Amino acid sequence: MAIPAQELRPRGLSPARPAGGRPVTRPLSFGAPGPRAREDLAEVMSRVARGDQQAFATLYDAVAPLVFGIVLRVVRDRAQSEEVTQEVMIDLWRQAARFRPEAGSVTAWAATIAHRRAVDRVRSAQAASDREHARATREHTTAFDEVAEQVETRLESEQVRRCLRALTELQRQAVTLAYYRGLTYREVAQTLGAPLPTVKTRLRDGLIRLRDCMGVGS
Amino acid sequence: MRQHRPDLHSLAAAYALHALDPEEREDFAAHLAHCEECRGDVAGFEETAARLAAAAGQHPPEELKRRTLDAVEGVRQLPPRVPATGRVPRLVRTLRRRAVPLGLAAGLAAATVLGGLAVRQHQENEDVRLRARQAEQRLEAVGAVLAAPDARTAHGRTADGALATVVTSEHRNQAVFAAEGLPAPARGHTYQLWLDLGGTMRPAGFLHADGAVLLDGAPAGATAVGLTVEPAGGSARPTTRPLLLLALPF
Repeated sequence: MAIPAQELRPRGLSPARPAGGRPVTRPLSFGAPGPRAREDLAEVMSRVARGDQQAFATLYDAVAPLVFGIVLRVVRDRAQSEEVTQEVMIDLWRQAARFRPEAGSVTAWAATIAHRRAVDRVRSAQAASDREHARATREHTTAFDEVAEQVETRLESEQVRRCLRALTELQRQAVTLAYYRGLTYREVAQTLGAPLPTVKTRLRDGLIRLRDCMGVGS
Repeated sequence: MRQHRPDLHSLAAAYALHALDPEEREDFAAHLAHCEECRGDVAGFEETAARLAAAAGQHPPEELKRRTLDAVEGVRQLPPRVPATGRVPRLVRTLRRRAVPLGLAAGLAAATVLGGLAVRQHQENEDVRLRARQAEQRLEAVGAVLAAPDARTAHGRTADGALATVVTSEHRNQAVFAAEGLPAPARGHTYQLWLDLGGTMRPAGFLHADGAVLLDGAPAGATAVGLTVEPAGGSARPTTRPLLLLALPF
């Protein structure tokens, strides 16, 4: 969980795409799916549930960037992130019939599975080396503010950036460290040197404000 | 180390961001089953997190798509209506379905007919008539749970091989337990049902043979239904090893 140099680039420089990926010339358009897109994707998912491989290719195109993006944020290592992304996409295929449109959107479902698997991957690696973990946590302590800022400037969605900026400092750090770094809230508390109940509250308040700012209706 | 509900409730955000420790996560998942407000919160937070994920979107390498499409050809898809999440009971493997199983519905229909016969044949006997009426009311209650729009079903197998089914309706706050293939209990013994409330077993009625019964007491707050053999008349707490501990469906 050490922070690669590319994360610590000064603010204002536009982020370079890591080598090996297809260059992206325009922002990805998954930021705020409208109701129409949401229904379309739910329809695609119901075809995937019936074993339609063509529909699965459509689903892949729609959600793989979101999946790969969040996995890469949390896992950091590119080769491992590709592996996890493939696992997530296969999981979406396997579990397609269990998707319940009334419970949420396809993108939320895919993002939840992707984040879960990414976090599992880094936590099992952490468990394998507690010393490495302790060292990584110390590094977080020195660098958390730059990390939080860099996370923000590297985001594609103007809305998400704007909503993150509307949070208090501690709310934003709690949310970004938990979500984009995959830390538990105990690790977040340790990283920020803040009491556990405070972090718990900031995480919750931060997400509530983000949710309301983004106009997410549950 | 289970926490109080208000405390658990505040963990919805950390749960949605996978920021809980495994033990807390399990506790919260059990709590979710009975907290509609929490489920709403989690759903909203997951949508929010998906926006955060989308904002970080990056195209994976082209060949990953081909590899993935090739890979799914050999991957069997899971059947529908079997929620993937939830606590796995210790003693049984469960299979959850939302639909009421045909066998159970047929058994209920047969029982209803028998209940009707009982009423007609013993009209002169007030006592029997009263009992028949009570049986009918119980069947109606069972039927109402099975027919509830929000009915959820879980299946399991008892240690002695009987098929067990529990159907819950969160809206009615009632649960029905049904068994098929249950051996007759030893003389002087009975099957007793329990609701597992955070590790404490609350008596939830009796079962004398195969069939469906309405559980005594509200299932809200319970995470599982248990079945033990007890001395006739029942016990205040389980005195034998459970034949079944089946996670309540949600």
